[in-house]
Amino acid sequence: MQVKNLLATTSGIVAVGAVIGVLASTLQHLGNPANMGICVACFERDIAGSLGLHRAAIVQYLRPEIIGLCLGAFLAAITFGEFKPRGGSAPAQRFVLGFIAMIGALVFLGCPWRALFRLGGGDWNALVGLAGLATGIYIGTLFFRAGFNLGGSKAQTKATGYVLPVIMLGLLALRLYFPQVQGQPNSGVLFYSTSGPGAAHAPLAVSLGVALVIGFLAQRSRFCSMGAFRDLFLFKQIHLMLGVLALVAGVFAANMYFGQFHAGFEGQPIAHNQHLWNFSGMVMAGLAFALAGGCPGRQIFLGGEGDADATMFVLGMIVGAAVSHNFGLASSGAGAGPNGPVAVAIGMFILLVIGFVNKNKA
Amino acid sequence: MKQIDARGLSCPQPVLLVKKAMASGENDSIEVLVDSAVAVENISRVASSLGWDVAATPKEDEVQLQLVQK
Repeated sequence: MQVKNLLATTSGIVAVGAVIGVLASTLQHLGNPANMGICVACFERDIAGSLGLHRAAIVQYLRPEIIGLCLGAFLAAITFGEFKPRGGSAPAQRFVLGFIAMIGALVFLGCPWRALFRLGGGDWNALVGLAGLATGIYIGTLFFRAGFNLGGSKAQTKATGYVLPVIMLGLLALRLYFPQVQGQPNSGVLFYSTSGPGAAHAPLAVSLGVALVIGFLAQRSRFCSMGAFRDLFLFKQIHLMLGVLALVAGVFAANMYFGQFHAGFEGQPIAHNQHLWNFSGMVMAGLAFALAGGCPGRQIFLGGEGDADATMFVLGMIVGAAVSHNFGLASSGAGAGPNGPVAVAIGMFILLVIGFVNKNKA
Repeated sequence: MKQIDARGLSCPQPVLLVKKAMASGENDSIEVLVDSAVAVENISRVASSLGWDVAATPKEDEVQLQLVQK
């Protein structure tokens, strides 16, 4: 097993964070929705829509970024001998954690990455969301201190390890076989938004290429927005946090360059300013990420490395997105969805149960 | 010498186990067996920052970490 890894050094994680920030802002410049260069939660939600798992017409697009993130991480893992099929660490609970995390993220309207992009774009509501994220992760560290543990994973067959990369290849095949038809809401089996965020996207090749690069770099550097807060609270380690700060600096600088920085709480793109729900949605998401051991991006990278447990989390997020839009849980620019608040209450209760009952011996 | 088997454990468990062993004050030398490069990096980073020497011995699919208090 290789031990040296330059991207896992302090300068490595800072460079990767900055690169993600700049590339995300660039994707926005090239067509992706505002302050949503790469939002893992939003883009998995758009994929759920493109497959018809939910029918919210404005958020249906098979985002190549998610495919690229996974395959980039897969390539890095293969290249550096880190592709290791593994699983068996509470997969069903991880599916539930992903499901609940997505509901929380869609109450806020973004994953932790998007919270950082929103901050770097001047959307001050992101500060409320990030405060919620930090609070949720802090609650997660209390569970870890009390012995919370989802149990160890074991080596699995290669077939198990390939599940998420192969799903992504399948999605890519669908995207190529059924390309968007201008102005049409369908192409073959896929749905395509004709208006709203789902209609805003950079060219396919650019989205895919950028995400491949980010996936490759992030797998090597172990970039994780949840881990940044967790390691700070749990170990007083700022390593991952430096990457997060570099990401904000990168997206801010690029936004200034592209004229995409607009400061304020009001009228921010694909955002609402109901502080209570911005905060509590992200408390719930943050706790779910913490208990599962990674932010949505990191879970995709782990899935690309052959981690079947992370794959379950990713699939849970996609199903959670479908349910969020089918049941009126997701927020919109106008504020929380009709059933969002009750979903947060139920989701928090389930997370606390998961936190209290899992005290396995390692 | 305290021995820890952290194989198969994901973040942050390996580091938590190591920190617990360090905090007990009973061990000035800890041997940790891990099976992921991430665990090697995370344990090495935390141990170094707490003033422990780290020596890594790669094996086939595993790495043995020797942590010695300076």
